[in-house]
Amino acid sequence: MASTVRTPHPREKRIIFRNIDRPGWTNDIDCYFRDGGYAELKKAVTMKPEQIVNEVKASGLRGRGGAGFPCGVKWGFIKPGGPKPVYLICNADESEPGTFKDRYIIHQDPHQLLEGTVISCYAVNARLAYIYIRGEFPLGAKILERALAEARQHGFLGKNILGSGFDCEIYVHRGAGAYICGEETGLIESMEGKRPYPRIKPPYFPAVLGLYMCPTIVNNVETLCNVKHIVRMGGAEYAKMGKPNNTGTRLLCVSGDVQKPGYYEFEVGGITLGELIYDICGGLRPGRKLRAVIPGGSSAKVLSVADRYKIKSRQPDGSMLEKEMGLEEVPIDFDTLAAAGSMAGSGGIIVMDDSRDMVWALNNINEFYAHESCGQCTPCREGSLWMKKITERMVHGGGTKQDTDTLKSVADNIAGRTICAFGEACAWPTQSFVAKFRDDFVAKSAGKENGNGLR
Amino acid sequence: MSAPTQLLNVQIDGAWHQFPKGTRVIEACSRAGKFIPHYCYHPKLSSPGNCRMCLIEMGMPKPGPDRKPEMGPDGKPIISWIPRPQISCAQDIAEGMAIRTDSPLVKECRNGVMEFLLINHPLDCPICDQAGECHLQEYSVEFGTAGSRFLDEKVKKPKRVELGPRVTLDDERCILCSRCIRFMKEVAHDDVLGFVSRGSHTYLTAHPNKPLDSNYSLNTVDICPVGALTSTDFRFKMRVWFLKETKSICTSCATGCNTIIGTRLNTIYRQTPRENDEVNSSWMCDYGRLNFHYLNSPERLQTPQIRERDALVNSSWKSAMARAGDELKKFANGQIALIGSARMTNEELWLTKKLIESLGIADHDVVPRLGEADQILVNADRNPNTLGAQLFGITNENPGGKLSEIVEKVRSGAIRAIVALGEDLTEIGLTVDDLKKLSLIVATGILPNNTTRHATVLLPGSGFAEKRGSMINFRGRLQRLNRAVQPPGEAKDEWEILRDLIQQSTGSNGIYLIEDVFRQIAEAIPEMKGLSLSRISDKGVQLVEEGEEATKTPASI
Amino acid sequence: MEIPAELESQIDEVITHYPVSKRSASLPLLHLFQEYFGRIEDEAIEWVARKLELEPINVLELVTFYPMFRREPLGKHHIRVCRTLSCAMAGGYQLLDTFCKHANIVREQSGHGDHLLKSADEKYSIEFVECLASCGFGPVCMIDDDFFEAVAQEEVPQLLEKYQ
Repeated sequence: MASTVRTPHPREKRIIFRNIDRPGWTNDIDCYFRDGGYAELKKAVTMKPEQIVNEVKASGLRGRGGAGFPCGVKWGFIKPGGPKPVYLICNADESEPGTFKDRYIIHQDPHQLLEGTVISCYAVNARLAYIYIRGEFPLGAKILERALAEARQHGFLGKNILGSGFDCEIYVHRGAGAYICGEETGLIESMEGKRPYPRIKPPYFPAVLGLYMCPTIVNNVETLCNVKHIVRMGGAEYAKMGKPNNTGTRLLCVSGDVQKPGYYEFEVGGITLGELIYDICGGLRPGRKLRAVIPGGSSAKVLSVADRYKIKSRQPDGSMLEKEMGLEEVPIDFDTLAAAGSMAGSGGIIVMDDSRDMVWALNNINEFYAHESCGQCTPCREGSLWMKKITERMVHGGGTKQDTDTLKSVADNIAGRTICAFGEACAWPTQSFVAKFRDDFVAKSAGKENGNGLR
Repeated sequence: MSAPTQLLNVQIDGAWHQFPKGTRVIEACSRAGKFIPHYCYHPKLSSPGNCRMCLIEMGMPKPGPDRKPEMGPDGKPIISWIPRPQISCAQDIAEGMAIRTDSPLVKECRNGVMEFLLINHPLDCPICDQAGECHLQEYSVEFGTAGSRFLDEKVKKPKRVELGPRVTLDDERCILCSRCIRFMKEVAHDDVLGFVSRGSHTYLTAHPNKPLDSNYSLNTVDICPVGALTSTDFRFKMRVWFLKETKSICTSCATGCNTIIGTRLNTIYRQTPRENDEVNSSWMCDYGRLNFHYLNSPERLQTPQIRERDALVNSSWKSAMARAGDELKKFANGQIALIGSARMTNEELWLTKKLIESLGIADHDVVPRLGEADQILVNADRNPNTLGAQLFGITNENPGGKLSEIVEKVRSGAIRAIVALGEDLTEIGLTVDDLKKLSLIVATGILPNNTTRHATVLLPGSGFAEKRGSMINFRGRLQRLNRAVQPPGEAKDEWEILRDLIQQSTGSNGIYLIEDVFRQIAEAIPEMKGLSLSRISDKGVQLVEEGEEATKTPASI
Repeated sequence: MEIPAELESQIDEVITHYPVSKRSASLPLLHLFQEYFGRIEDEAIEWVARKLELEPINVLELVTFYPMFRREPLGKHHIRVCRTLSCAMAGGYQLLDTFCKHANIVREQSGHGDHLLKSADEKYSIEFVECLASCGFGPVCMIDDDFFEAVAQEEVPQLLEKYQ
């Protein structure tokens, strides 16, 4: 087994992951107490719920699950005092390829998640909450159940939490192997005991018609942990970390062709892709050169080392400066990655060197999406499997001249036309791989005619 | 009394229109003459928005600096178009909304969806019942691309699945629109259909221990946009483009669901429901829908017959009518009874009343038929025109109440002759021996039964699909039947038979057309004043104002 | 179908987690059946439907959607190897082959809802699953509920030894 010594890199800023791999740290509540745990919950219940919402708004916290939607804005959609009960669901269905962060919080530091969740429930007045954990984390589910029992024992859950008058109950709900349950409305359908078919928006915005058609907040594990820290330091202080509009710290999960893959926590935008790959992760394998990086989980558009991006950034004096940069100079934050034509997504960074065949890589990704498509709407259901069949055929030597353009066209007919973002998720890899590594694809289908579709 | 609905301004393909608030975008476009192709949307069901065929470009008024819509030089709001196409089936119009239904982007969306639907679709058109009324075929021509780029193997799914006793399913043709699932859940209240497996391998099924055997199962075949759900009864029987379509109504209960009878060369192949929000919404029950095969039976009575020395022999209409008239004259007024039918049309019932008057008959009634109502469409009264029978005095507020008295009088010998119109006397309590004791039975009918076999004069009539006329449903709605096929052999319309019978006894008539019969009715019955058969129209006419206690219309089911 | 009292009490307890709608307990109940009986039998589907006042099709829809619910029994030990990009780059496909070789499983194509790949003596079954969320430490696999990271090909026989 490869070395599993995982000491944080000195350049990291470990807030969420402070206790991961920490020597002597155990995941029970006593250890958490000794470290000052649940102080933030005690503080939170002395604040008014609106105050906490305002702190989160001021912090600029953006969702850490993949969409990067401002958490405070999402919470703000819940109108207090409404006739229907409010629910909160922690999205612990970590399934985005390339992402491996929530796993460690759940297994090693569950109380941080619980504390953040209870504080969030208090802020939006959710008296019933669920932690939707993927089925492939059976140990994680047991750990969470035990942590919940411990929290209940100590009065951090249940009736009249810490004498605040606020009741809250949290249950663990296990998924059973479907990536689409990570989509918030798919998750809600799954929680209702139905096939996890995402809902159309409008009208089923979770903040209005969510779980059981009541206002519901769905937040990622990392996002909820951040809430605890925002209560601790205050929203304004939190916003000082990172960059404007891209505040706080981010868990980056690096995998692929680097010497030291793993998880690293940095301020958002506090490190570039090049620094991450070469300085933190020990660079590429011997004799290899960088070819491509998928910066935000497999759904994110791939970035090529041959790309040139024109990135605008606001200077301290308020003026806008446009800079041209290559892949390695791109700082890892939401806005810059979006401007570079990709996204920060779930923070899963997959590095590919020049030994990698891009058709093979895309085929592997396509197979994932074809497996995981729920099948509800036409473009994704039919298109995801079609794209996989094409790349599979190309990988095994059956590519034809038209395949490259067909791939792009099929992907274009999916993205933007579906019920949920899975459409983009399965189309963007194909669109970007074909656009940026066209030669790989053409090479796989050189000289073969289309023969009018007859085989 | 409801407040007037607010009208909203909507721009469709550049032209401004007004529609009531609450109108679905796709309906608004349709009313503006812009049809939007769709599969999963159905106006009577919930909208899941999964087929993506109804994608259009949508825009909203651009807010100015004061947050109010910015106005253009034409006094209308400037539109800010949403870059992503939107579905039009699941959203209602909003003030100032703008829609583009035929822009290049919309055409691209439709091309894309059509291509996706066809890549795994089997090339079954030559053997598929839906051909000729298939949305996939139609939209492919109008909105699809000409060639196929798909080089790989299609996904294989179960074919020829017996979902239930009356529905056969081909899963490969299914486009997973979920209309059938939603219908069974929301309208038929029998949630037995669902999707299994995942992704492109998803297919429709019912649980093996709970098949699709609801009395509304065949409606799923109607609403299936492709040939996935087929009627086992109709499967492979006839190409739909050969079917002549006649609008009529079902006569299996007092609801009178509006129907379309599909025929070719005088054979009925199928019935389908016709939309009428005042009666049956867009549905009908399976029992009523399939209740036409008896009209095609080889046992149909086709020739008038008269009894000669204990056996029935074929005769002519002239002779049979003369015999009937002569025989009836032999009896005094109180000796003849008449058993009518609440399955007769108003025209037939009107003439029955005239016959009763001319013969001075005091003992008359209809045969009641009661079953269990099902809270959806099926009425407890299984006779389609009880109200008509009551209106024309053939029966009273207690249909069948006089039958036991009539039976007694037959047995005591007080009644010696019976005119039986389309009903079997052994169903009112008489035995075959009782029938043999009667001196005269003049019977009309369409299929042989105990009464027809013991009739003195047998006059073959026509079935519901073979006649033009009107009936009144349980809510007092006057509806029209139209003739879809001719009765077999020499069988006649009952109204003509009755007219001739009356002529035999009174020597007068003056009625040559069924419209004349209706005219007489309209002159006599105040609720029908001013109406004619054609003025009833395809949707019928409500004769009685609905009171506060009227039950909910089926349109809200 | 006979449900042992212990399982039934677990089921009743789980249902209390969903005070708003019993239907929400579908997944937890199916998990309990999968763990207890090793698979979801036909009778289990009807039992769960009755218990939660659903139609059997409502439960069948779920069982066939989620790959963790199996209609046929797993092997005595169930192996899941990750096939998604990062693990594939780290040798996931080879790991699957190595496992198959040492567990005596015939390697063939098997997709969603297909027959489970099993050794002839049914001691092991294997599944090529999607991302297990430990991409930096691939190739990863699970045997039963235990999770293993950075599995070297040579380690496979040792690993299997522990699961007899």
